[in-house]
Amino acid sequence: MTSQKEPRIELSGISKSFPGVRALHKVALRLYPGEVTALIGENGAGKSTLVKTMTGIYQPDEGEIRVSGKPVVLSSPHTAFQAGITAIHQETVLFDELSAAENIFLGHTPRTALKLIDWRAMNARAKSLLSEIGAAHIAPETKLKDLSIANKHLVAVARALSVNAEVVIMDEPTAALSYKEIQDLFELVELLKRQGKAILFISHKFDEIYRIADRYTVFRDGEMVGEGLLKDTSQQEIVRMMVGRAVDQVFPKKQVTPGPEVLKVVGYCHPTEFDDIGFSLREGEILGFYGLVGAGRSEVMQSLFGITKPSKGAVRIDGEVAVIRSPAEAVDRGIVYVPEDRGKQGAITGLPIFQNVTLASLNKTSKHGFLRLAEEFKLAREFTERLDLRAASLDQHVGNLSGGNQQKVVIAKWLATKPRVIILDEPTKGIDIGSKAAVHEFMSELASQGLAVIMVSSELPEIMGMSDRIVVMREGRIVTEFENNADLKPEALVRAAAGIGEAA
Amino acid sequence: MSSILKLREFWLAVLIAALVFATNIRAPGFATPGRLSGIVEDSSILMILALGQMVVILTRSIDLSMASNLALSGMIVALINKATPGIPVPALMLIATSCGLLLGALNGLFIWRLGIPAIVVTLGSLTIYRGVIFLIAGGQWVNADAFSPAFVAYTRIEFLGLPLLIWYAVAIVAAFLILMSRTSLGRSFYAVGVNPTAAVYAGIDVGRTTFYAFCLSGLLSGFCGYLWVSRYVIGSVEVARGYELTVVAACVIGGISISGGVGTVAGAVLGSLFLGVINGALPVINISPFWQMAISGAAIILAVVLNGRGAKRGQRLILKNAEAAA
Amino acid sequence: MSLQSTEPRHIPDRLGTPLKAAIFSWPSLLIVVAVVLFIVNSFASPYFLSPWSLSDATFNFTEKVLIALAMALLIIAGEIDLSVASIIALASTMMGLALQYGAGTPELVLIGVATGLVCGAFNGFLVTGLGLPSIVVTIGTMSFFRGISYIVLGDGAFKGYPASFSYFGQGYVFWVFSFEFALFIVCSLLYYVLLHRTNFGRQVFAIGNNDVAARFSGIRVERVKFILFLLTGLMSGIASILLTSRLDSTRPSIAVGWELEAVTMVVLGGVSILGGAGTIQGVVIAALIMGLVTFGLGLLNVPGIVMSIFIGALLIFVIALPILFRKFRNRRR
Repeated sequence: MTSQKEPRIELSGISKSFPGVRALHKVALRLYPGEVTALIGENGAGKSTLVKTMTGIYQPDEGEIRVSGKPVVLSSPHTAFQAGITAIHQETVLFDELSAAENIFLGHTPRTALKLIDWRAMNARAKSLLSEIGAAHIAPETKLKDLSIANKHLVAVARALSVNAEVVIMDEPTAALSYKEIQDLFELVELLKRQGKAILFISHKFDEIYRIADRYTVFRDGEMVGEGLLKDTSQQEIVRMMVGRAVDQVFPKKQVTPGPEVLKVVGYCHPTEFDDIGFSLREGEILGFYGLVGAGRSEVMQSLFGITKPSKGAVRIDGEVAVIRSPAEAVDRGIVYVPEDRGKQGAITGLPIFQNVTLASLNKTSKHGFLRLAEEFKLAREFTERLDLRAASLDQHVGNLSGGNQQKVVIAKWLATKPRVIILDEPTKGIDIGSKAAVHEFMSELASQGLAVIMVSSELPEIMGMSDRIVVMREGRIVTEFENNADLKPEALVRAAAGIGEAA
Repeated sequence: MSSILKLREFWLAVLIAALVFATNIRAPGFATPGRLSGIVEDSSILMILALGQMVVILTRSIDLSMASNLALSGMIVALINKATPGIPVPALMLIATSCGLLLGALNGLFIWRLGIPAIVVTLGSLTIYRGVIFLIAGGQWVNADAFSPAFVAYTRIEFLGLPLLIWYAVAIVAAFLILMSRTSLGRSFYAVGVNPTAAVYAGIDVGRTTFYAFCLSGLLSGFCGYLWVSRYVIGSVEVARGYELTVVAACVIGGISISGGVGTVAGAVLGSLFLGVINGALPVINISPFWQMAISGAAIILAVVLNGRGAKRGQRLILKNAEAAA
Repeated sequence: MSLQSTEPRHIPDRLGTPLKAAIFSWPSLLIVVAVVLFIVNSFASPYFLSPWSLSDATFNFTEKVLIALAMALLIIAGEIDLSVASIIALASTMMGLALQYGAGTPELVLIGVATGLVCGAFNGFLVTGLGLPSIVVTIGTMSFFRGISYIVLGDGAFKGYPASFSYFGQGYVFWVFSFEFALFIVCSLLYYVLLHRTNFGRQVFAIGNNDVAARFSGIRVERVKFILFLLTGLMSGIASILLTSRLDSTRPSIAVGWELEAVTMVVLGGVSILGGAGTIQGVVIAALIMGLVTFGLGLLNVPGIVMSIFIGALLIFVIALPILFRKFRNRRR
């Protein structure tokens, strides 16, 4: 019956590629008025690319978008907005310094007869919009920065309503909300449904999806692998679609007998990011950290690397207590960290490859503090060739390399320091398959040579294919730890990470 | 009430009032209407310039060429007045203003169309504009006796007991209050500075908005060119040299954040007044006016330190309360 | 699917030769400009080619270039110091004060250098210790430092520096080579080595390109930046000694506007105002160009202020040119 409805927005045959990566391949998506469609998929499945295509940030390489049956070209965020498509992001992108009312109406403010902004009318309309969505507690005059994330979401929803947006995209809206706030948000979604909006709801949490969504669409590796009504399917079925291990991915994991314990973390805490983290790591081991985005894994790793200060807890390296207050001290202690955000934290894109590689080992290549370029090239060559880097020359700027090759440069930089423990945070996120394989192979190689490896990953095949043990984190705490053997089912990991099976 | 107490502008106003009060204790007669209006008169030009600079800083740029623009526009009208004293002064004001607008737009074009950092462009135009003054004046000064009486009078005539110079500033402040709070352009300046990405989503052209900001700062510099020459009765290459940084200082003291998006008309006005009051108070309480520079420097540093403290933000929370998760 | 070959593929160190890269670099373009200016000047004025007049010309820029050298490192690291000229004034004032208490030449030098270091440390603390934006901080200290000079001196002046002190700004090391010029050569070499040949210099580039990634690479970003502010203060102190010695007096208005001239020199020298790129060679040649222009026009009785038009236009022009070129090329493609 519902399937007879006209879709409010229909995407068909949408493809989008970036240098070295195929982000979307002929995907289709239909959103119906008055219905919530859940978009489900692992990280890197192409969800965020799809959202950016729908909101006019990316232009698709091919394919068609129809709004209410009419083909449209979403050439800019503003045209998408005018076409009635609006997105509420994970971390709502609005104007912190402006008032709630202004955030709602910027770009289409009510005017007086003299064409001046009519603040009184704007505040009044903002007030009625906000109370319409059950947010009467937000005063229209409040500056956005003084609101909680949940309230910012409400402002974003009010903005969507103020232009009569017909399509509302909610990109992991619950990621930073408390239980109570999530319940409020769901009531809001129900309200939007009743108003006939077509809603795309992106979440990793199955309890939320089942609670709120009518339909589902599953993405994997940039393709749509299934869609339908939620009531016609089971949770197991959806998890299977999500995971559906790609046939061409073979993991080069070598069996290694672990050596002595290198790193031990006990009762590691941070006031807001993580709590009571404890694990141990032995030479030759690859320890996987699995969890949803925002589970606090990166925060733990960055704290181990000296970026953020823990409030309590101890780190032992080779049995000795180590106090690490800065990355420089971490590197001295043999702990290195390959960050998830390559562009901002990893590679220095304006410098040549060899300078990136030697950056953390300058004291080895130099003499009395003076650079020796020949030594640098030697060191850079050694590690880039071991990682099978594809580059025209070693003095090429890193910014000109593909994402995968940039990642190899960052890893090479750390290997050149001869570390004891290497932490890889989403090491293959957004890189091409060839580079992925090289990174995996090298990781395995390193472990077999006695390096202790921590791998943070949200990709199930990777975490299951590469780890010896897997720690699962959720909401800043360690939920459970698995030995990775033939009995371990991917479903078990997904359930632990998403909190399925608990009283919800 | 509590929201008023949180406003930087409120505390700055309190501070200025306290300064006036304290000075008056040391030197009775300081806080008379005549003296105070003199201080406001002395700060009027700075106030107008600070408003222009504020708009530029809001959009995450900086205009170092304001003082040179002022001097050049001022010199142009000074020369015109010298050559043909018959041209009515309002026409000269218009000429100075348009000249300033043109010079500002030139800055804006380089920044908008070529994407050259504002600090580089205006650093260049700062020296160029000042050099041009020398060229057009042939290295000569325009001295007091060269100006027509009307030219000099148009900042001095009193209206309702206050000189016109103050009224110009009042009018411009009023216009800015409307511009910044009641027009899309005014709000765009804020939006672009707070979050350029989100501004694009809201359909704002970031480059064009920045361009308009430079047009505005140029326009006001040009108008102040006339005011300056008329008030100090001199046209020379040295007019307002180094003043660009005083203008930035007034903005910083007024709480306008150099990283963009934060600042109010009241802040710019009070920042200028603060510097004006210090200027006016020092000689009265027998402190050498040479203290003024160090005090305003210390005030800037203090303002920046306080701004920096306010900017510290809370981060995203991952851990949730136990009861909330239950 | 995997494309891995068994043999690691060889990656050459460089594509093209360093020579070729050097020929098409920014400093080379500047050299061409400098040579053209030199030739034009020598035709324009018969006095230009005399060694003594050339030597005189160097006094125009040596003190400024000393500051520009340190400023170049600071700007490459993504910061700026607008208080340099005020540090000169304050250091000069402190020397003048010490003179009143009978300080001799060694003490004066010590005080000049120390004042520079203290001022640099103050800037460095505000920027790296408190995490404040350097552009506003140094606009503040710019008023503050010079303000102290005004408090001390008012509209007066310190005069009567010892005869031995005059060597720094007026003395000659050998024939026409002044002490200032010699110091300029030595400092240029030192800064060249520091920026382009040491670990420290490499870290400066890394910080300027991406200070987050630099910190994530184990570089002590705050420490490096602090040292750079210290160096800038030190060079300002040294410049103050030279200038005070050359003028043989101290006034609070000494070296007004030099901060912008130093920044112009640095940017004209090809240092990116956004940080992360630049060379000492470029800065030195840019300084020579500015010196040549000033001096050449001076010989033709063109006043210095007109030269500033030229310098200002040059500044915008040299930065706009590559951008325009890129736009044009993209349009044709």
